[in-house]
Amino acid sequence: MIEDRHIFSVTEITQGIRLLLSKQYSMVWVEGEISNFRPSSSGHWYFSLKDETSVLSGVIFSRSARDVPFKLEDGLKVVCFGSIDVYPPRGSYQLIIERIEPKGIGSLQLALEQLKIKLEKEGLFAPEHKKEIPYLPANIGVVTSATGAAIKDILKVLDRRFRDVHIIIAAVKVQGDGAKEEIADAIRDFNEYNDTCDPGDRIEVLIVGRGGGSIEDLWAFNEETVARAIYASKIPVISAVGHERDVTISDLVADRRAATPSVAAEIVIPRKEDLGDQVQDLALRMKNAFDGLLADSVQRREDALGRLKLAMEHIWQLNRQSLEATGQKLFRANPALVIPEHIDKIRERARQIALRLQHFIALKESRFSGMVEKMASLNPLNILSRGYSVTFLMPEEKILKNAADARTGSSIRTRLADGQLISTVTEVHSDGGDKV
Amino acid sequence: MAEIKFEEALKRLEKIVEELEQGDLSLDEALKKYQDGIELSRLCTARLENAKKKIDVLSKNKKGEFELKPFSEDEA
Repeated sequence: MIEDRHIFSVTEITQGIRLLLSKQYSMVWVEGEISNFRPSSSGHWYFSLKDETSVLSGVIFSRSARDVPFKLEDGLKVVCFGSIDVYPPRGSYQLIIERIEPKGIGSLQLALEQLKIKLEKEGLFAPEHKKEIPYLPANIGVVTSATGAAIKDILKVLDRRFRDVHIIIAAVKVQGDGAKEEIADAIRDFNEYNDTCDPGDRIEVLIVGRGGGSIEDLWAFNEETVARAIYASKIPVISAVGHERDVTISDLVADRRAATPSVAAEIVIPRKEDLGDQVQDLALRMKNAFDGLLADSVQRREDALGRLKLAMEHIWQLNRQSLEATGQKLFRANPALVIPEHIDKIRERARQIALRLQHFIALKESRFSGMVEKMASLNPLNILSRGYSVTFLMPEEKILKNAADARTGSSIRTRLADGQLISTVTEVHSDGGDKV
Repeated sequence: MAEIKFEEALKRLEKIVEELEQGDLSLDEALKKYQDGIELSRLCTARLENAKKKIDVLSKNKKGEFELKPFSEDEA
């Protein structure tokens, strides 16, 4: 019994499983969700594919990984093509993936979406980075194919419109291998050219684009290298790729998007009629402004004349008034006028003097009469009236105060209050008077 | 003034119009500007009528210097 039993070595059974699995699960399609994505430094991508209940290890070796346009990330639903292989040293099995595609969306589309998100995060589409497209550029650079529809369309617009522009073409491949590098290099070349040429020859705007085509044909304009060249350009860039419905990464990075190359050309090459109208309009505005200035100037001159006239009149008035005032002063200062005045004054003074004199005299008179009265009261004659008399020795008319002064026979005159007596002394008594 | 580009002439004309519209010029200056403006507007009109297109191709020579070569439209 025991001899009957077959004992496998680990290697044998592992080899058996490997054979079995590779027979059964070679070149299969597997659908799942990526999880635990681990890119190695050697370029191989390790991850798990999982669904609701199971997990399958998977690997994409670097030679296959190079061809995958989009980035793998956890949670991405994918469809993988490959074979199950066993790794004997670990006793594990895994799906060796040759091709991988996102589920429900094309690889390119996914790659585009992923790049959009990445560049968006970096700020390549930011409105504040967009440069203004110059009006009426004299030198226009075009990055496109020399034989494509784009350049033909642009030149047609040029013929229809204003032709006084210098168009410089950088002829590039717009699709296929090397297209993205050529486009990016041409954009850089134009910027470099601007650094070396005369300032007047500088390219003022770039049109980067191509005519319509399939999404694969337009793919170069979705490439990161082209996007970065547009972003780095100091010259404003108008992106003009294919037909209206196709929005490329270039469109998003460019300073302006034109739906087609013709539209791009129309943005920078104005219509001749519009320019003519503009010149006419400017000429008219200039004439109006000048006429206005002229009218202003005439008005100003008239105003100035008016003001001058007013000022002159005012000055004249002032001078006249001053003259009149001086004349009046002068008139008043006329001596002929002053003399009667002075005469009047003198008269007045004389009158006043006379008055004062009269007054003075009256005063003196009244004083005098007082004095006279007083004197009258002192008059000896008044004493006489009281019965006294005064005797004068004649003829000397000497008042007799002593009887002894008279002699018998002397003539005397006696003054009484009323009248006088002339007498002759008959006796002289030198003591008491009753002896008379 | 004959060599001036349309866009340059237009810019100058615009500047003159603005200066005249601001109105703080002396009559002499205004007259001078006005005459220049007339000349510029004539020049613009002439340029519009007689403009010649110029199309070149940008290339680099062996020394790495840029060169402009006339573009033949037949190529396109």
